[in-house]
Amino acid sequence: MNFTNPVLFKELKLRFRSFKGFNGILFFLLAMCIFVFGYIFLTVNLTGTSYFKPSQSFVLFAFLSYIQLGLVLFTAPGLTAGSISSEREKQTLPILLTTSQSSFQIISGKMLSSVAFLLMLIVAGLPVYSLVFLFGGISPGDFVKIFLFLFVTLLAIGSIGVMFSTLIRRTVVSMIATYGMMLFLSVVTGFLFIIVIQMKAFNHMGTPVTSPSYLGQFLASINPAVLFATFLSPELNRSITEMTKINFPIWAGYLIFYGIVTALALFIAVKKLRVNMKRLK
Amino acid sequence: MIEIKGLTKKYGQFTALDDLNLTLDEGTVFGFVGANGAGKSTTFLIVSTLLQPTSGDVIINGVSVREKPADIRKLIGYMPDFFGVYDQLKADEYLDFYGASYGIPEEDRKKLIPQLLELVNLSHKRDSYVDLLSRGMKQRLCLARCLIHDPKVLILDEPASGLDPRARIEMRDILKTLKGMGKTILISSHILPELAEMCDEIGVIDNGKLIAHGSVAEIQKKLQGEKMITVRLAAQSAEAISFFEEQPFVTSIEKLEGDEGVSFIYRGEEAEQIDMLKQAILNDLPILSFMEHVTNLEDVFMEITKGAD
Ligand SMILES: Nc1ncnc2c1ncn2[C@@H]1O[C@H](COP(=O)(O)OP(=O)(O)O)[C@@H](O)[C@H]1O
Ligand SMILES: [Mg+2]
Repeated sequence: MNFTNPVLFKELKLRFRSFKGFNGILFFLLAMCIFVFGYIFLTVNLTGTSYFKPSQSFVLFAFLSYIQLGLVLFTAPGLTAGSISSEREKQTLPILLTTSQSSFQIISGKMLSSVAFLLMLIVAGLPVYSLVFLFGGISPGDFVKIFLFLFVTLLAIGSIGVMFSTLIRRTVVSMIATYGMMLFLSVVTGFLFIIVIQMKAFNHMGTPVTSPSYLGQFLASINPAVLFATFLSPELNRSITEMTKINFPIWAGYLIFYGIVTALALFIAVKKLRVNMKRLK
Repeated sequence: MIEIKGLTKKYGQFTALDDLNLTLDEGTVFGFVGANGAGKSTTFLIVSTLLQPTSGDVIINGVSVREKPADIRKLIGYMPDFFGVYDQLKADEYLDFYGASYGIPEEDRKKLIPQLLELVNLSHKRDSYVDLLSRGMKQRLCLARCLIHDPKVLILDEPASGLDPRARIEMRDILKTLKGMGKTILISSHILPELAEMCDEIGVIDNGKLIAHGSVAEIQKKLQGEKMITVRLAAQSAEAISFFEEQPFVTSIEKLEGDEGVSFIYRGEEAEQIDMLKQAILNDLPILSFMEHVTNLEDVFMEITKGAD
């Protein structure tokens, strides 16, 4: 096994050479700072108090977490959905595929370079978070949990993007497919969850249903917004258990589902990157 | 060294390659000639493990393209007919990336890259961005890239196409150097003379079929006993034209442009040719001159591919 990855190295070099990378980070940091200071300024001014309360600090933390989640959900497809198809469009792919790199090396290089860039964005935002710590209201545990699951989400969406980019010839189409998938997982599953729970509740006239709703639990478990909500207000876990009649932690379901999605998407991408020379038609 | 066995490629109903068989010895420079759409690129794509054949196989150094494509990739250097380069990358970084892609250690790459740039006359461009190089320079850089892992076999798909005459000559000189290095080279072109002087062997492909294979001299000999004959006439006479049209061994008869007379391809033996000329004179045809041409390679090629229909 060769752990040096030429694709990863080259992609990172190019990303930062073009200044697009730096601009992205700068812009993001600036936006976050404006947001945080704006929030502090407004709450302090509007409430007439001259200090920042821990409860307000928590709200800020919640906002920041959702912003980071939004950042991951909306930039991961853009960073990965063109990774292979753009090489195909630029006619650099055939040459890359005739080198002796394994398909896994190429795919993981593409994947890691995008992941590394997004991680850099997230890490760049950490100092802003430290402000929130300064004012209290959040435990380091919450903080670690949020970041761990941001990473899980990032890997899953990224590998879906790389997979579509390998399977679909055109980058534009691959982008649409990846963003579509992301919206399905983060928005549509939420609505479906509500519908499923509502239908279950009114299934039998008057009498409340006690049978478990596996579909409901599944839908709640794969929705990143729901997951983050359970981190920010743990009581939500209990409400979901009441609704679905299943006592299984949302975060565990999330981890299992997106672990499988990541592995499967990367496996498909590796298998489909090159033609199968062995198979006879 | 290279053995192409019964290679067939179908795109749906369309057969792009039809049972291609070819054996080449180590160190051979093989010119693959054929009109556009004949199947040259398709063949090279399969040999380079980029396209799955419908049936058949290619064996290089005892390794099967179908069974061990990963091993084949180490043996070959492939240059596509159309290719792109990464922007924002300098010439030496470009080579460094591909060197790393073949698992060549960094110290070795550092030594190798200046040598390769020197070989393709691009030493002065090592710090230039590759997307800003001229087409000829890109072709040469791509050739250097093919060489970075010191492959035994080079597969070059129309390396001279789209180049101006000067760049063509530069490319040809580099290929001669590579030939001197003992590489087995497969090179395609739709223009035969471009290949004739640097190739040991030539294969002519038409409609997916290999219709001729041999040394340049052999291919030429194939068409010996066939010559182009021009007959100049004092006045255009329908009688003369129909006389030659009716002769055996005469094909492709045409009126001369801007002059009185006809030209045609003649496949008969010498005795028959003498007879024909005697008859023409006895028939009182207004013949001014009777002239044979040695067909050049281009004509040979046109003739071979025409005959395959
Ligand atoms: N992907 C494809 N789908 C369908 N037909 C193709 C495809 N690629 C090539 N062909 C056809 O196969 C034939 C051979 O093409 P090619 O090998 O590129 O010819 P050459 O390189 O000799 O010009 C052509 O008629 C071409 O139109
Ligand atoms: Mg071609």
